[in-house]
Amino acid sequence: MENLQSLAAEAREAIAVANDTAALDQVRVQYLGKKGSITGLLKGLGKLSNEERPKAGAEINKVKQAVEAEINERKQLLEASAIAAKLANETIDITLPGRGQDVGGLHPVTRTIERIAEFFEAIGFDTVEGPEIEDDYHNFEALNIPEHHPARAMHDTFYMSDHTVLRTHTSPVQVRVMESSEPPLKIICPGRVYRCDSDLTHTPMFHQVEGLLISDESSFADLKGIVESFLQVFFEKKDLAVRFRPSYFPFTEPSAEVDIQCVMCSGEGCRVCSQTGWLEVMGCGMVHPRVFEYSNIDTEKFTGFAFGMGVERLAMLRYGVNDLRLFYDNDLRFLEQFR
Amino acid sequence: MKLSEQWLREWVNPAINADELVEQLTMAGLEVDGIEPVAGEFSGVVVGEITAIEQHPDADKLHVCQVAGNGDIAQVVCGASNARLGLKIPFATVGAVLPPGADGKAFKIKKAKLRGVESFGMLCAEQELGLSDQSDGLMELSADAPVGTDIRDYLDLNDSIIDVDLTPNRADCLSVAGIARDTGVLNKVDLTPVVIKPVAAQIDDAFPVALESGADCPRYVCRVIRGVDASQPSPLWLQEKLRRSGLRSIDAIVDVTNYVLLELGQPMHAFDLNKLSGGIRVRKAEQGEKLTLLDGQELELRSESLVIADHQGPLALAGIMGGEASAVNAQSRDILLESAFFMPQQIAGRARSYGLHTDSSHRFERGVDYQLQVTAIERATALLLDIVGGQAGPVNEMISAADLPEAATVTLRRARIQKVLGLTMADDEVVDILTRLGLNISETAEGWEMKSPSWRFDIAIEEDLLEELARVYGYNRLPVTKIHAELGLKAKAETQTGLASIRRQLVARGYQEAITYSFVEPKMQQLICPDDEVASLLNPISADMSVMRTSLWPGLLSAMAHNLNRQQNRVRLFESGLSYIPGDAELPTQDVMLAGAISGRRHPESWLEEGEAVDFYDIKGDLDSVLSLCANDVVFEYSKCDHSALHPGQSAIISRDGQVVGRVGALHPELQKKLGLSQPVFVFEVKLSAVTTGKLPDFTELSKFPEVRRDLAIIIDRDEESASVLNVVREAAGEALTNLRLFDIYEGKGIDPKRKSLALGLTFQHSSRTLNEDEVNVNVDRVVNILETKFGATLRN
Repeated sequence: MENLQSLAAEAREAIAVANDTAALDQVRVQYLGKKGSITGLLKGLGKLSNEERPKAGAEINKVKQAVEAEINERKQLLEASAIAAKLANETIDITLPGRGQDVGGLHPVTRTIERIAEFFEAIGFDTVEGPEIEDDYHNFEALNIPEHHPARAMHDTFYMSDHTVLRTHTSPVQVRVMESSEPPLKIICPGRVYRCDSDLTHTPMFHQVEGLLISDESSFADLKGIVESFLQVFFEKKDLAVRFRPSYFPFTEPSAEVDIQCVMCSGEGCRVCSQTGWLEVMGCGMVHPRVFEYSNIDTEKFTGFAFGMGVERLAMLRYGVNDLRLFYDNDLRFLEQFR
Repeated sequence: MKLSEQWLREWVNPAINADELVEQLTMAGLEVDGIEPVAGEFSGVVVGEITAIEQHPDADKLHVCQVAGNGDIAQVVCGASNARLGLKIPFATVGAVLPPGADGKAFKIKKAKLRGVESFGMLCAEQELGLSDQSDGLMELSADAPVGTDIRDYLDLNDSIIDVDLTPNRADCLSVAGIARDTGVLNKVDLTPVVIKPVAAQIDDAFPVALESGADCPRYVCRVIRGVDASQPSPLWLQEKLRRSGLRSIDAIVDVTNYVLLELGQPMHAFDLNKLSGGIRVRKAEQGEKLTLLDGQELELRSESLVIADHQGPLALAGIMGGEASAVNAQSRDILLESAFFMPQQIAGRARSYGLHTDSSHRFERGVDYQLQVTAIERATALLLDIVGGQAGPVNEMISAADLPEAATVTLRRARIQKVLGLTMADDEVVDILTRLGLNISETAEGWEMKSPSWRFDIAIEEDLLEELARVYGYNRLPVTKIHAELGLKAKAETQTGLASIRRQLVARGYQEAITYSFVEPKMQQLICPDDEVASLLNPISADMSVMRTSLWPGLLSAMAHNLNRQQNRVRLFESGLSYIPGDAELPTQDVMLAGAISGRRHPESWLEEGEAVDFYDIKGDLDSVLSLCANDVVFEYSKCDHSALHPGQSAIISRDGQVVGRVGALHPELQKKLGLSQPVFVFEVKLSAVTTGKLPDFTELSKFPEVRRDLAIIIDRDEESASVLNVVREAAGEALTNLRLFDIYEGKGIDPKRKSLALGLTFQHSSRTLNEDEVNVNVDRVVNILETKFGATLRN
């Protein structure tokens, strides 16, 4: 039986030095295989007496199981390290860029229009579009701007013919909606507009979003509420100061220009706000009764308000763009900044 | 309109400073564009008089002057050519500080030696005092200027110029009197207007006037003044007031008429009486009649224009500009002053139609107070008699009473204030504000009735009054309602793909959105779409932006060229917007189009790949990804295209339900060259409405039975389009065909050069049972047979 213990010790040593599963398997065969040395001891049990046999058998089995367990343990270890080695071998540079397309991006004007539309759609406005080559009636007359009205001079109109123009604002879309549907109405009209003017701060084409709300109970106080909230949401500034100044548009009365506290200097005064601390960003007002009359809307029953804003102006303020003309150069170095 | 703060304060002087005044005007709708001091910062400059002058001993261009100022006579060396004995000038004494020059540093006057002669001070030009941008020689002060007086006091330079940007409705504020009126209302302060007394006639001369077009000119007032002497310049105070309002001094007579225009808002004109013949006729022009204006421009008049004529011909374009021939000048002795009221409708647009815009037309087209004419002529007469002397004749006023505007009667209902402004205003306050604005108010059951003053052309309806109330009360004091809205949820059509998702699809495929001008260069438009009729602008901003695009390609290809020329060699752009196709209707057809253009590498430069350039199938794949947003079971068909802008062998028409909805392809290599594009470009354009309407998904039961796949390799002629082959296969394969794929195309070695091999994968499946081998074979055989007959196809081994 001393033999058993020394065999066990020998087996353990062999297990410990087996460096791969094949070597380990050889160890198993050598000790525990059919012709293995520990198995051999079991075969020698027949020579023992009936009294000695059970005890000796139990001892040999115990050692056999222990060796078997150690082999298994070692086997798991060797397998795990084999996997680890294989994986280590498969390591790649994970900082290299991935395969496929870069993403492109939306034009900052589109991005801004979507942001504006998102606010108004959330409070129930529909987005409506319309023609850009318009007739005189929809662009001017139905908006209370008769021929020779001094306000026409402010518009620097592009003419296609005596009676057709490139729309100077998106208000004609509102006229078309008023003609074809019944109040109450809540719409915004984004789109391209055109003025015959081109210099550092004007491009002959630009974008507006105009809005119109008509109901039986809308007042200037509601207009102020919507405009103020919109600007605070758009600029993500809850306490953004907003002020309303009396102004004049032929299609609204009372009319107002809307100023916000300069978003560049927080009202301290800077180059962008010409040191005034205020930026003019929108025009608005209560719809002029004559505009309602043109579209056969009962001025006693309904009141309404309209507002309009220049998209490029808002985009410039929001993204800090300092040159209007960049919007239409379509230079990738500019466009890619809005991804 | 520019006006001096001091002048305004002569008329109304509320206890607020200039900044507060400016803020107040702006917030009342009279937007102040800017305020600036009338002169630069300086001190130590007094009225000086040259009491002796002699040539500098060593310099031809210098004088040595003895100058009286606020102390002893001082010796000053001066180089100005107009320095002369007895001249009064601004004299900067030793220690004076002058406004900074170009270097930004204040200029301090010290004792100096010029070419060996001592000089104690400096004689100044206007520019050196910051009174004007440029000047020629010393500033000449009037002979009665009190020597030694600080020039700031003498010229009243502690004043600012306020620049008010008036909206077209506020013609009543185009004068000092008008702005003073509003300032008085805002501050609840009474006006202290200038007192205008009638000037009694000293002579009997009255020049005859015939109002021949009363509807255009309902009131014409004129007056003869004889024996004037306009050879002397206007007094300093008058010149200064004009200067501070941005007007140049011309001569005393013209200066006075301009002064009255600025002060009261009444445009006036003075004729040289001795150049008039017979009498004044206010009449319509005869077509083609000629008139040379004050600015030297000769006009050929149109018959709708109103002129002031004498018995020989037109003298002036009424309310716009006087004529050269009858103009006054410094030699005029006898004059005829005119103060008229022209109807705004008559002047509006007329000046512009002749390319003119004057202070006079600006006021008349917006509306001048129709009761002001006599007052203005009295004011002008008094000033003229004072300044140029002479004797005035009687005021000759001609009226066409029926044509004069009438004060509008406007009602205001209490309830409307609440409804429109959302404000409850006390009756007292309503009455107070409107009364101060000059309205004549009486109470009615529901509110008030009132007559608007003759200067307020903009008050005609109830809303005008609401605006006045809001304006004077203060827009920022008006209540604000928090947003409130009914939750009216609208059903959104699920079959509609919004432009927003299409844009995002292209962005995800690496496209950058562009926005190009809707008007393009005619040459570009012609090159790309030679067959299209175009709508042109009558007044384009420039020749290269003069026609409306019929396709988005011209703009996108310009943007492509812009970028390729700037070392960007991989460009992917798209745009959505209208195209404008002229037709029989008044307005052109304006459809929203979606277009794209790509060029350069398929993928961004990378370690992963060689860098193959894009081809037709890249742009087709991009387009297909957009089409698939709405495809569902909508079928878009591609067929051969013969658009001249595209490569004839690599372009396609896209149709839906038999209608052409777009095109895709390689830009024609010739066009590419003409457009200066350095590498191949691929483009697409589709009508947006055709790609936004899809169908609602319609569920089909999933089959529980196995699929059978059969692959076929066939050889057909190279020219056959795969789509026709697939269509035929689909039809012949029977109902059990669930999927058909073209998974390989081969041309080349082992195949007749005129033929190609297509590998097709057919998948069969039955919804309610397992297909047996024979059934599938029958279907496949049928496919093979038909391909043989229709395309001469052979099976490839």
